Amino acid sequence: MANLKELAARGDKFTGGHRACAGCGATIVARQALLAAGDKPVVATCATGCLEVVSTIYPYTAWDVPFIHSAFENSAATISGVEAAYRSLKRQGTVTEDIRFMAFGGDGGTYDIGLQALSGAMERGHNMLYICYDNQAYMNTGIQRSSATPKGSSTTTSPNGKKIPGKVQFRKNLTEIMAAHGIPYVAQSVVGNWSDFTKKVEKALAKGGPAFIAVLQPCRLGWGYPPELTAEMGRLAVETNFWPLYEVEDGKYKLNYTPKERKPIDEWMFQQERFRHLKRPEHQALIAQIQQDIDARWDHLNKKCSL
Amino acid sequence: MQKIILAKTGNEAMALAMKQVNPDVVAAYPITPATEIVQIFSQYVADGEVKTEFVAVESEHSAMSACIGSAAAGARTMTGTSSQGLALMYEMVYIAAGLRLPIVMANVNRALSAPINIHCDHSDSMGCRDAGWIHIFSENAQEAYDNMIQAMRIAEHRDVRLPVMVTTDGFIISHGMERIDTLPDAEVQGFIGKYDPMMHLLDVKKPFTIGAINLTDYYFEHRRAMVDAQNNALKVIKEVGAEFGQKFDTNYGLIEKYHLDDAEVAIVALGSTCGTAKVVIDQLREKGVKAGLLKIRVFRPFPTEEIVKALENIKTVAVLDRSDSVGGFGGPVFTEVRSALYGSAKKPQIAGYVYGLGGREIDMEQIEKLFMDLKDGKFKADSVSYLGVRE
Ligand SMILES: Cc1ncc(C[n+]2csc(CCOP(=O)(O)OP(=O)(O)O)c2C)c(N)n1
Ligand code: SF4
Repeated sequence: MANLKELAARGDKFTGGHRACAGCGATIVARQALLAAGDKPVVATCATGCLEVVSTIYPYTAWDVPFIHSAFENSAATISGVEAAYRSLKRQGTVTEDIRFMAFGGDGGTYDIGLQALSGAMERGHNMLYICYDNQAYMNTGIQRSSATPKGSSTTTSPNGKKIPGKVQFRKNLTEIMAAHGIPYVAQSVVGNWSDFTKKVEKALAKGGPAFIAVLQPCRLGWGYPPELTAEMGRLAVETNFWPLYEVEDGKYKLNYTPKERKPIDEWMFQQERFRHLKRPEHQALIAQIQQDIDARWDHLNKKCSL
Repeated sequence: MQKIILAKTGNEAMALAMKQVNPDVVAAYPITPATEIVQIFSQYVADGEVKTEFVAVESEHSAMSACIGSAAAGARTMTGTSSQGLALMYEMVYIAAGLRLPIVMANVNRALSAPINIHCDHSDSMGCRDAGWIHIFSENAQEAYDNMIQAMRIAEHRDVRLPVMVTTDGFIISHGMERIDTLPDAEVQGFIGKYDPMMHLLDVKKPFTIGAINLTDYYFEHRRAMVDAQNNALKVIKEVGAEFGQKFDTNYGLIEKYHLDDAEVAIVALGSTCGTAKVVIDQLREKGVKAGLLKIRVFRPFPTEEIVKALENIKTVAVLDRSDSVGGFGGPVFTEVRSALYGSAKKPQIAGYVYGLGGREIDMEQIEKLFMDLKDGKFKADSVSYLGVRE
């Protein structure tokens, strides 16, 4: 894997000057993913969402690689077409470079509206890496709940109210859904652990075929924390086992990190505005339920990894 | 040049044209009555008869999305669909045009749900008429074949660079067997030539962003540029049609006039109904009735000037719409023709007729009666009637 010095020397393919919030994790994901690709040419696409609207405000662009945005739910389908064109033109000899294809999508564009297109693209076996930057809500349209939003989180469509304390349901486990596709490479990573993410992007690209990485992406606006804590928020999500770092390579599960001592989930939750209402004593049972769910998911994952 | 005479259905003819265009990428999803096009084309791919990368996507939304990616990557790209499929593509249909991508689509016209119906009317493609696509209607399988070949040239023309939709009437043309003149593969290839995109995503040494967000400061200008491209297409479609005629003996214009110049009564129509109307007109002419037809081949860009000129000296005109603009004033063809004529000094009397929804038959007797009614003044000018419906 490239070390930090090498990465720094590569020069950004996702450049500054975009309009993301200070401390935005989404842009870190894009920048690090392209850095990890090294000198291999990459063509990228992105679903409508924060990452796209902050990075492509015409006549500017933050993408120093060929880039296409077409719509919200179809970045997997769009890159399928680009990759199909590549296969065709390569076969005909009109394109000679060895090109990699990357699609980005937020949790809304991936877990929800774009799931069908993503699943289709993976099943068809396109040579592409799909990276979901999961900030756990539809941030671009103003922080609405998605199926990645954790239970108890207050969003603008699952607000904390007099009767209902935030989102009622647990979040969907998309990484497992993607693993069930039986594709060569599936992984979970996090903003705040550059080496884990870089390694996984490198691995996914080297492997060839369809690959999927879900990256937990703290969003300072939607989660409500000071911008300098983005990386910390990501790391804490891992330390609490809320977001385990693991990979599924050719069907084989591997845990990449085990916290020395699992931190309680409220340590992560209570640093964020979206969970602030759960601090009230009457919600203790809810917190316990959330903790239970995390522990159960962790146990389940560990079993898979020890198979 | 020796043409090859074959018996083909409309779908077979379109699939054959696609094969001879030999696109780099086809991404498609099956739907009746267009399914066959995809099936036949898949067989060409399986047999190695085309160089095409075929992407059997999981939906029409993804079909058009993949076509957009492919065309942006500089590949010659085609697809085919119908009705609900086109409706599911709708969002991407706009994006394909807005990004100025030369995609060619075969759309086999079929009614839209609900109630679900698999037969022909034009409501599917008419629903996309403002999307920025060029929109060519075919009268029969021969035209479907010829139009598909010309479409690629038109779409890729530097002054146009817009997607093109070629339609046939579902089942009537798509599944009707006809005798068609086809061209040798090499002639088709020679006609469409090599594609040289201005910029594309696989040119990794020259990275660019396509599909950027345009705010109030640029969006309008880019939409306006698309309007200019549509206007340019008027000329380009005629040039391509004329060149096609010069090479292969069948000229194509934006419209076709059939016994129109000296007609007293005329109908305006699109698609297969024009064929039926021509037979009726032949019979009426023998009886001394001065009947004529204006066939609109190209509905987008709308050939306003040519239509106004063609209808100027007619006394009475009936405009036939195979789709309705529900709650509006008549179908899209009627409202456009009528508004085109509004500024003309010599306006004919004009009446709109919605017919054939969901595949309801229109036969020679009906068309003959329509002509006679027009002749006898039995019509309501400037209003809309429903032809062949149980009221
Ligand atoms: C078909 C469609 N529905 C809705 C929208 C509006 N929309 C744009 S971005 C977005 C949410 C994006 O959320 P997510 O994918 O999580 O990305 P984020 O903004 O959080 O980065 C929505 C709902 C759209 N563009 N297209
Ligand atoms: S709202 Fe969140 S995801 Fe969007 S730009 Fe701001 S920090 Fe980034």
